[in-house]
Amino acid sequence: MTAAQAMTMRSIHDEKDILNATANRVRKSSVFLVSAATATLLFGLMFLHAAWRQRADLELLASKRMMVGALQLTDLCLFTEARYIRHLSQTDLHTPFQDHPGALEHFPSGSLVSLPSTLTRSYE
Amino acid sequence: MNSWIEKQRNILDFTLSCLWRRKGKNLTFVIVYTFIVFLLASVMFLTDALKHEAAFVLKDAPELVVQRTLAGRHELIPAAYIRSLSAIRGVAAVKPRLWGYYFYSSLKANYTVMVPDGFGHKEGNILIGRGIARTHDIHKGDSMWFARSDGSAANFTIAGLLPTESELISSDLILMGESDFRRLFGMPEGYATDLTLTVRNPKELTTIATKIVEILPDTRPIIRDEILRTYEAIFNWRQGIMVAILFGALLAFAILAWEKASGLSADEKKEIGILKAIGWETSDVILVRFWEGVVLSLTAFVAGVLLAYLHVFFSSAVLFEPILKGWSVLYPKFRLTPFVSIYQVTTLFFLTVIPYTVATIVPSWKAAIIDPDSQMR
Repeated sequence: MTAAQAMTMRSIHDEKDILNATANRVRKSSVFLVSAATATLLFGLMFLHAAWRQRADLELLASKRMMVGALQLTDLCLFTEARYIRHLSQTDLHTPFQDHPGALEHFPSGSLVSLPSTLTRSYE
Repeated sequence: MNSWIEKQRNILDFTLSCLWRRKGKNLTFVIVYTFIVFLLASVMFLTDALKHEAAFVLKDAPELVVQRTLAGRHELIPAAYIRSLSAIRGVAAVKPRLWGYYFYSSLKANYTVMVPDGFGHKEGNILIGRGIARTHDIHKGDSMWFARSDGSAANFTIAGLLPTESELISSDLILMGESDFRRLFGMPEGYATDLTLTVRNPKELTTIATKIVEILPDTRPIIRDEILRTYEAIFNWRQGIMVAILFGALLAFAILAWEKASGLSADEKKEIGILKAIGWETSDVILVRFWEGVVLSLTAFVAGVLLAYLHVFFSSAVLFEPILKGWSVLYPKFRLTPFVSIYQVTTLFFLTVIPYTVATIVPSWKAAIIDPDSQMR
């Protein structure tokens, strides 16, 4: 085999190696598509989990509802800073100004919730 | 069809390589993007779950509560009002409710003290919510001291704790007998905090409420439907200060996205010029930018929504606790039932993914139609 032939053979081998390496390497788009499929699956699982928990928590919710009925409760215990925040549905238009007329709201949770639209209606 | 798919995959390969080349910049962008989606989704999930929970649980709240007001303040209601209210046609029963607030000065915590119907424990015994037990580190059988309205001390024995699962409604509750309650607050006999009414026909509630105001003008009736609507309205994520905060965050993100999407760097413009020079068509260049937008925004969207779900329903929205807690000492430990709807996820998708993807296409189209020679210079 001449030197020129040997060089041609080597270059053919190199090309084959490069082609093989390219074929063996995982394409970036494949990685992305698999990730997208996994994400879709996780999204589906999220909805499934929510539906399962809704069914599983029915008894728990019913017991809370029974407690509300038995104790004649009117509100959720979310904020305990001020009385008009603790019992949001029982609050009246004057309680935020209980310190002095024109007193500004100074409890952080008071600014988190918006004014219930039903509040003014009971004064009309 | 196959050749079309192969073309899209090749373009996607190229896009991902481009993104990987500028990984530092793109990764920072995805983190910020994910955080915005996470914040929006967390607020949405939390408010919706609370709304659903309130709507279900408060369905058994009193049909009608009657408060008395005096000089614009909630005042004790005389038991004599019961007779006037019972005489209204359609009213089945009127019951007095005894409840109030107790400020525990040593812990600076506010508690709700109530007298339940048929409290089956001896005088001097109380039932307490889990939040109080946690704050005081007390258990069944322990004692709890209170200061009466006349300054004397009252010692109560804890006869039991209210169930853990009910913390969202009972965390700060103290239940006691009527005589203990009246002695603690110095509330005179013949008075109650407010009255609850049961009606024969729920359709007549509004008519009865109007009649109550006519007969007793110093009273304020609150219908159960109003209680339910209160929770419907206050947890609307499109209202309140929450939306102001979110609007600020969204605006900051919009500026960032616009800057990233519209302000093509010199390198990116050169890249487009080279692609055009080697034979890429304008539509292919736009396709690259489209895929770039899809990859970045979808990654951030999926990560943000899933993290928000874990945050709200597995960690009880631990990051929002300092905001919700405010200055209060006591904070309920609650586990919310997840209510996730397609509507929520679609709204989030249209708020976050679509604007960014669209914003990436316009500038690249503008760059792609300029002469490649001038872009490469």
